[in-house]
Amino acid sequence: MSKFKFPESIRSRPVYGTLEPRSGKGHLMIADAEGAEALLDLAAQDAELFHAAHIIFIPKGTGETFVEKLRSRQPAILHVAPSYESSIPRIRRVLSDAHMGLQVYLAGTEGLMGQAQNEAMNAGIPHTAIQTEHRGSVARRMQCVHCKGITEDVMTDPFVCSHCGLNLFVRDHYSRRLAAFQGVRVDAEDPGNVPEPVELYK
Amino acid sequence: MTAAPQKAKAGAEKIEVEVSAVVPLNDLVTRFEFKRRDGAAFPPFSAGAHTVVEMQDAGRTRLNPYSLMSDPADQSIYAISVRRDDEGRGGSLFMHRNVKVGDAMTITYPVNLFPLDLRGRKHVFLAGGIGITPFMAMIAHLERMGGAWELHYACRSKALGSYADELSSRHPNKVHVYYDDQKQAIALEDLLDGQPLGTHVYVCGPQGMIRWVHETAQTHGWPDENVHSEEFLAPQPGKPFEVRLCKSDMVIQVGEHESLLEAMERCGVDAPFLCRGGACGQCETDVVEADGEFIHRDHWLDDDEHASGKKIMPCVSRFVGKALVLDR
Repeated sequence: MSKFKFPESIRSRPVYGTLEPRSGKGHLMIADAEGAEALLDLAAQDAELFHAAHIIFIPKGTGETFVEKLRSRQPAILHVAPSYESSIPRIRRVLSDAHMGLQVYLAGTEGLMGQAQNEAMNAGIPHTAIQTEHRGSVARRMQCVHCKGITEDVMTDPFVCSHCGLNLFVRDHYSRRLAAFQGVRVDAEDPGNVPEPVELYK
Repeated sequence: MTAAPQKAKAGAEKIEVEVSAVVPLNDLVTRFEFKRRDGAAFPPFSAGAHTVVEMQDAGRTRLNPYSLMSDPADQSIYAISVRRDDEGRGGSLFMHRNVKVGDAMTITYPVNLFPLDLRGRKHVFLAGGIGITPFMAMIAHLERMGGAWELHYACRSKALGSYADELSSRHPNKVHVYYDDQKQAIALEDLLDGQPLGTHVYVCGPQGMIRWVHETAQTHGWPDENVHSEEFLAPQPGKPFEVRLCKSDMVIQVGEHESLLEAMERCGVDAPFLCRGGACGQCETDVVEADGEFIHRDHWLDDDEHASGKKIMPCVSRFVGKALVLDR
């Protein structure tokens, strides 16, 4: 099952919902990996809305598992991108051409939803009007508060910053602007005293 | 957030003014301009703000909110435009009949419950009748900033279209006026369609118009955050009732033609308020005990709070029944 219930946390930590059909003048859906399942659920609820949707899907590790299923629901446009980065020009183009009444649906990993939400916010949509549904991996996009480098898909706490090599502890403190959680050096007071890494939410 | 400094008493901080001009615009609407009596500059205000005007009407103090419609960048003057309401409670009639150039009056610091969202890429204004006033200040502000805006202004007739000519001649491509008596109407669906992402719409006018705009925008998929409205309610008359105020330890009578807030003020209770029109939430009061029915009329409390019988907004809401005890 691709759903995971995050435990209650601090206010800063994003909370995700369940995608629901909403009336609008256009429908942009962006998903990665198991996020496709949330889109398929949406298609089951409202096939007509789905026929009007522009989907940008990044399969990540799921390969071809979801691509044909999505295509069989006949969205207006299905664009399969090899990575989030490669889909950014398309997302920006779609948003710059869009008008008020566009509905944005995001599904999949936190890193994808956070970054895509940022693009939609920069285009003028308030974050509260953007629907999100978490599916699949609980990996996090982390920012090192020391060197500011971003490490994608962090699965353990603590982890090693991919930029400066410090041992960072994974916080729930989140930046909507950066679409990243904050990683803080775990052994600042006692260098070298690094706890054994534990898998997130295990 | 208000522009007012820390206050010791209820309401926003006050400014002593002199009426510097009274300009009748048409049969119903007159503009009143104020200068400060101490000669200092007015505090700057943000477009959309209102001031509460204190009127001394034959021993009775009337306090009515009016949108500031002068240019926010002009600190030498504040101006309001008042529509005469012959059926109303008498505040607008007092302004029209009794207020003359040179009169000393007291107004409050500006309070803004209807600000521009300056993150907006474009601002669409929808005005109904006297609802044009806050947009006068907003337009002045956006013109200075070079912001994108358009105005759709519905009024009864050419003769009653306050500022319609002035606005149309100054901004011919941005101002669209619709006259009811010529069967013209705002084509709301068409004008919501195709607005760029990040557009905000603002509506000020009668209740029906505000609801129409909110509902139409919602069915078009507009986020609630992008639809702004302001409507000041005037307290409605009703059956007199008795209230026990437990903090003040007194029992007061609310008359037919006064609001609960006004009755408290008349009895010397320093009750909080800002807008006096059911919009700002400042006067929210806890109900300790009630045996009867509330007549809630505010825009502040949600439906659940109205139904709970635990809170009341004394500026516009009333009570019918045996006993009411408030935590004030």
